[in-house]
Amino acid sequence: MASEFRLPALGADMDAGTIVTWHVAPGSRVKRGDVVAVVETDKGAIDVEIFEDGVVREIVVPVGQRVAVGTVLARLDADDAAADAGPAAVAGAAPADVAARAAVPAVAAAPRTVPAVQAPSPTVPAAAAPGGAMSATGESEDSRASMRAAIASAMSRSKREIPHYYLSTTVDVTTATEWLAAHNAKVPVTGRLLFAALLVKALALTCRETPGFSGFHRDGRYEESPAVHVGVAVALRGGGLVAPAIMNTADQSLPALMTAMRELVARARAGRLRASELAAPTIVLTSLGEDSVDVVFPIIQPPQVAIVGAGTVVERPWVVEGKILSRQLVSLSLGADHRVTDGRLGAQFLARLARRLCDPATL
Amino acid sequence: MNREELSKRVLELLTEIAPDVDPASVIPGVAFRDQFDFDSMDTLNFAIALHRELGVEVPESDYAQLASLEKCVGYLAERVG
Repeated sequence: MASEFRLPALGADMDAGTIVTWHVAPGSRVKRGDVVAVVETDKGAIDVEIFEDGVVREIVVPVGQRVAVGTVLARLDADDAAADAGPAAVAGAAPADVAARAAVPAVAAAPRTVPAVQAPSPTVPAAAAPGGAMSATGESEDSRASMRAAIASAMSRSKREIPHYYLSTTVDVTTATEWLAAHNAKVPVTGRLLFAALLVKALALTCRETPGFSGFHRDGRYEESPAVHVGVAVALRGGGLVAPAIMNTADQSLPALMTAMRELVARARAGRLRASELAAPTIVLTSLGEDSVDVVFPIIQPPQVAIVGAGTVVERPWVVEGKILSRQLVSLSLGADHRVTDGRLGAQFLARLARRLCDPATL
Repeated sequence: MNREELSKRVLELLTEIAPDVDPASVIPGVAFRDQFDFDSMDTLNFAIALHRELGVEVPESDYAQLASLEKCVGYLAERVG
């Protein structure tokens, strides 16, 4: 059955992209989930997957051409089984709902990002768009400017449309940091975990336990996502950031999550993210890392309804059972959508997240 | 491996982990973190690369020794054959 492969929308603000590479040619056999093209967008160069099994019949848009979202990029002869299943079966590794939306053109969806607190530094990854102004080191000024514009647009929409409320709590994570240090001392270097992995897992489990924070607000109503895909805000060294998802976060072990995060950050910085990863996050974690700030006041990425921030883990005096002790503290914050939840539920959400972080052996 | 070779090797590994960093721009005495936002994920990847390529397992408690190119070379010089 004949089928069309169209340029998916990767965000509420993405309206066009430029084909950088085709990985397939007429006659190529493809499976759903295969990366078939690289498209330069305002989020950098994105690997775009196909969501049907079949054989490529025709490449419609050549390399170098800039086209609007929804444009037919290629035609294929889809295998009947896949074609019969229709767009609802679009899943692959991605959640059916989210992936289907991502593959359908003209969907107002998806991820952008969180407040940029990282200091800009003079390089930016991402392949240069044809015709883009190249700096001496080979980066495109255009792609940096367009990412900045996309962040501005998504954040403006967020501030305009989402009635945010913010909550913050300080958590004694000494147990977790000691547990991590002990774990990391006894495993090979490749098995070491970062605190961020604990955060990601604890957040995913908390989302599962407390509905109202992991999903999408679209067309005037909120829909909880059946699966939790935590997006991890990754600051790019040239400024700008992206928040690709770790799929099915709650179901993964800590070592698997750590591997996934390392791989995701590497690809985000090299400009090699997949379309499905960018469209999938149901909630985002922004962790500003070491030597940074105490608290982040995070901004939600529409159409998501919540974002969790973590400041730097710091050693500070803290009262434990009447004694002032030196403890490892982290400030967790929540930016959430008042159209969906209120402060009381938000406070419960943060408290549950804190409790999970204090008990790392159960993550 | 002498210090010069070691330094060259470390820079190669560094740019493998952070392809967006220009090796020619690295200042030996300044912390990676201050030069190009090297974060905990980068440090972990760096430790993994050092183990894989040079056979040196750097415990977490020694991460401070990897902070800059200068420190790193000094630390590794005592451990690489």
